[in-house]
Amino acid sequence: MKRAPDFRLPSGPGTFVSLAELRGKPVILAFYPADWSPVCGDQLALYNEVLPEFEKYGAQLVGISVDGPWCHAAYSKSRNLRFPLLCDFEPKGEVARRYGVYNATAGTTERALFVLDADGFIRWSYVSDPAVNPGADGILEALEALGQPGGVHEPA
Amino acid sequence: MSRRETRAHLTVPVGPRDHASGPENAPLTLVEYGDFQCPHCRNAYPIVKRVQQQLGSRLRFVFREFPLTQIHPEAEHAAEAAEAAGAQGAFWQMHDRLFERQFALDDDSLVQYATDLGLDGDRLRGELDAGTYRTKVRDDFMSGVKSGVNGTPNFFINGVRYDGSYDLASLLEAVSATQEA
Repeated sequence: MKRAPDFRLPSGPGTFVSLAELRGKPVILAFYPADWSPVCGDQLALYNEVLPEFEKYGAQLVGISVDGPWCHAAYSKSRNLRFPLLCDFEPKGEVARRYGVYNATAGTTERALFVLDADGFIRWSYVSDPAVNPGADGILEALEALGQPGGVHEPA
Repeated sequence: MSRRETRAHLTVPVGPRDHASGPENAPLTLVEYGDFQCPHCRNAYPIVKRVQQQLGSRLRFVFREFPLTQIHPEAEHAAEAAEAAGAQGAFWQMHDRLFERQFALDDDSLVQYATDLGLDGDRLRGELDAGTYRTKVRDDFMSGVKSGVNGTPNFFINGVRYDGSYDLASLLEAVSATQEA
């Protein structure tokens, strides 16, 4: 099992989220190429809708793209998103590179999913065809496999 | 890094809890996960009708609720209204009415449609207020999520997710070309 590379990224104008502060519960990282593109919209709209199911596992979802804070803020507001979008904006794509999911040709992240356990280890990952919305079934199966429905993992 | 199979499968088979149009033993089954407030589902609605007309008794069409309520605030009640109409034996009439009048899906309109269809409008309003069909809608939704539904409309042909375009020619060809069950 591989420990997930740590990061601290803007989640909006003047606010930040670090992976370390999410320790203690499962974390879903959803890298997506860009705000506003139609496929991403579908994908994030779906996750927004499935959020209560993720929460049953005590999991925190975060979206990550190379878009900047103001772009995220406008996008999130327009889609009524109820989970944070993080900005892998400066240095551009640095976090995606650490996770091996930066597409230097496109200048965006790949469409990639990671499920981390409460201790910050990568338990499942998936890179999707950029044009195909990967759905939420893989994430739910991975959370189920963590074997802690309904509860937050208690650190030993 | 895993790359999962992209062609998802229906995890909950078509059964008695479903709304189905067409013979139960039809060799072809088309399942749609749809949202009555979704413009793309509205666009697909007449196309599905054409596919049904073309294939006749070879096809069974099933509609499951997949309301994206965070972007479509009236989709949940529209879905529940369709289920409520179904309880009064008129699911498909309401399904058609909702797509044809997608521009007006507020509660008063939903009750009006029920009355127009000769149903008990007061009962439907009471069931919307009580959330009688909320669980059924959520069950449909989660069956879709677990089957890899990734947007609306999403079609499954004999249990396999169809990732192609839903224009008439493409959908008709995909359904027709499917190995009959």
